[in-house]
Amino acid sequence: MADVTVGIVVFPGSNCDHDTEYAVASFPGVRPVMLWHNDHDLKGSDAIILPGGFSYGDYLRCGSIARFSPLMREVIDFAGKGRPVLGICNGFQVLVESGLLEGALMRNTGKKFICRQSTIKVVNNSTIFTDGYRQDEVLRLPVAHGEGNYIASVETIESLEANNQVVFRYSDEEGVESVEANFNGSLGNIAGITNRQGNVLGLMPHPERASEQLLGSEDGRRLFESLFRHVTGS
Amino acid sequence: MAYKAKIKVTLRPSILDVQGKAAQHALANLGYSSVESVRIGKYMEVTIEESSAAEAERVCIEISQKLLSNPVMEDFTFELEPVN
Repeated sequence: MADVTVGIVVFPGSNCDHDTEYAVASFPGVRPVMLWHNDHDLKGSDAIILPGGFSYGDYLRCGSIARFSPLMREVIDFAGKGRPVLGICNGFQVLVESGLLEGALMRNTGKKFICRQSTIKVVNNSTIFTDGYRQDEVLRLPVAHGEGNYIASVETIESLEANNQVVFRYSDEEGVESVEANFNGSLGNIAGITNRQGNVLGLMPHPERASEQLLGSEDGRRLFESLFRHVTGS
Repeated sequence: MAYKAKIKVTLRPSILDVQGKAAQHALANLGYSSVESVRIGKYMEVTIEESSAAEAERVCIEISQKLLSNPVMEDFTFELEPVN
């Protein structure tokens, strides 16, 4: 792989930034750079990752304050140029608050913060983030969130579905999108969506925490691999 | 001229309020069986320095839409009064 620079945004309260840095750095030719929320400089990033955590202590609403940090203006411009942006967990929450993705993430219907291994199904493998997976492949990725319950208006859900913007859905290990597998109550079992153009992805599960066998799963690796391959055009 | 905006942000009626539901269950456990439902929202007091009430109102609506509420899941109402 040719040289790729991946910017990882650090907000006060981000706590998966270094896990993401570690996962990204494990790919040959890929260099992670940490981007402080208060800067304006994307430091030549070819792709941006908004990591998990509790930016600004989840004050007001998850992701709502981070959305207005100086660096996010640059990230929104970057995304507007069709360049890739990935939001994981709190990063997904920041993306919906910023309007780069549609809908909102509410408190889990079961009230609890859920930290466990989850299974999700790849329902669209023709994105730059997922073309390393098979269609309908079931992935084991950990989740850790209190507000992962995806909601949107009926019209928004219809347009997401019509444009194949739903990329991941919670399912059981056999790929059945059951009510039981949908532990946070998301509409349509939605675990991850892209924007209309397909260059912005947000998902609640943590691919960086499933990037080597020692962690119990390496199903998250191919998400990064797909992305980096597209960035280099190889 | 300073104005105080009292802004209330509530979850839209169609949105399940798990926090409110938990509080309602706790109240039921305390013996308040007549409490049928609880919805939890946010109350904010914002002081705005503007030349007129109309300007203060414009700012109040703008900040409520932009940051203080999320129109996907929340509604807001406000009262505005001059501060002496």
